[in-house]
Amino acid sequence: MNNIEKNSFNDTAIIVSDGCCVQIGNAQALDDVTFSIEKGKKVAVVGPNGGGKSTLFNAIAGLVPIVDGSLKIKGMNPQDAKGSISYVPQKDFLNKNFPLSVKQVVEMGLIQKDSLNLFSRKKINKKIKEALKNVGLIEKINENINNLSGGEFQRVLIARGLAQDADILLLDEAFSAVDVGAQEDIMNLISDINLDGKTILIATHDINNLEEKFDEVLCLNRHCCAYGDPSEVLTEEVIEEMYGSHNEMFKFHTPESHSKNND
Amino acid sequence: MIEILTEPFQYEFMIRSIVTATASGVMLSLLGPFAINRNMGFMADAMAHATLPIIAIGVFFGFSISELGVPASILIAIFLGYIIKNSNIGEDTSIGIIFSSFFALGFVLISILDVTINLEDLLFGQILAVSSFDVGIVVSMCVGVVSLVIIFFKQLLFYSFDPVGAEVKGLNINFLNYLFLIILSVSIVASLQTVGIILVLSMLLIPAAASKLVTNTFVTSIFVSIFFGITSSVTGLYLSYFLNLPSGPTMSLVATGIFILCFFVSKLKKVKI
Repeated sequence: MNNIEKNSFNDTAIIVSDGCCVQIGNAQALDDVTFSIEKGKKVAVVGPNGGGKSTLFNAIAGLVPIVDGSLKIKGMNPQDAKGSISYVPQKDFLNKNFPLSVKQVVEMGLIQKDSLNLFSRKKINKKIKEALKNVGLIEKINENINNLSGGEFQRVLIARGLAQDADILLLDEAFSAVDVGAQEDIMNLISDINLDGKTILIATHDINNLEEKFDEVLCLNRHCCAYGDPSEVLTEEVIEEMYGSHNEMFKFHTPESHSKNND
Repeated sequence: MIEILTEPFQYEFMIRSIVTATASGVMLSLLGPFAINRNMGFMADAMAHATLPIIAIGVFFGFSISELGVPASILIAIFLGYIIKNSNIGEDTSIGIIFSSFFALGFVLISILDVTINLEDLLFGQILAVSSFDVGIVVSMCVGVVSLVIIFFKQLLFYSFDPVGAEVKGLNINFLNYLFLIILSVSIVASLQTVGIILVLSMLLIPAAASKLVTNTFVTSIFVSIFFGITSSVTGLYLSYFLNLPSGPTMSLVATGIFILCFFVSKLKKVKI
């Protein structure tokens, strides 16, 4: 019985990390991280600065080598799963000097390694429009990206991932350098968006009301402190494990205190 | 008026010069918008200066600058790309070291090997001396560079805008990196006879910068940059012919004039094309 349950669980698991270790320079950025994310889940990745959120995303995206343990994406090594992942990196890694239009950025999701500049425009335009409709930015299709607000720009990058038809969307620091309104805006989008079975991982510092927006939360402080339903796993102990002595700041954000407040 | 415009064409050397200047103008101003948006001006300058020792050795063995063009530029691009990627002292510092040491090595080699090179021509260009063979080489390089940019335009743009996203998408970013360095290096080496080692940077950066001031999208900025590049080259050549001025510096100054004009137009008129 146990075996059957285990097998059926593995069939739906899209990202499986088993004791994954990643080293950046001389530092152990991820140490023995174990979790399993099922297909179609919306997952918040939380933890302190330097806790390994970006490193985990880089490992999933196949950008950094895994020194010990294993990390499988759809049963494959991350290097072989490239193309089925859309990665929205931290803003600093994007060169916004280029005066690109919204359409051009979304179209990047459709560029293949072997595709040259000669593919069907009609099909491409349809996919771009669909993705932009999905994030509510169709009217800004020809707008210059430098004229967009921080929240709108994040939406464009999400649309790029949707156009790509990637199975996994990784949003690293989607909420940095955007105001509170824009954060709320992106959160609502993530809640409402038709992900069509896609799995989405978002790194965030905000551990408020995660249970309303996400299916799962992955608590990371170099190792996996907890993984599961936000209303269950964000206990005071887990928060203390993540944030150490600063956990006082978050003590009113535990599930218990939320329910107390609601009472 | 038409007579004045056609007068230079009675001389074969002027026809050769105009064709070479146009080809250089197209190549450099096509890559300029990529270079300025990726802040690669210093890198381009280093590429130009790093050619000096290769030219010195090549000339010593009896090759002309045109014959050396393609192999020299590929060598420089791969070498610079490799050093920058694999050294951990910072891109700017690596480029600075290569820039100055190669330039110094070039001068020392010219002295040791006792090769006959007109340094002024090499530094500031001497387009009027180009042979038919040189024209053929420069035009072929131009066709090659333009074709590669057209074929790989979208991949190059994706890589330039979001290298991490492009890598995760599965694009071969190593290939794209070296491809761009090589076509940039080819354009620079091909233009050495037109504007010289020192002024080649002006033809790469100034038309692109002027174009960025008056345009709103990247694709438009490329077309406008090419228009400014050709205008600077050809007008500079005409002025140098009629006013008896050195051709390379005159082309650079025309480009600067266009930039100043665009600067004021962009200040006065907020709407861009």
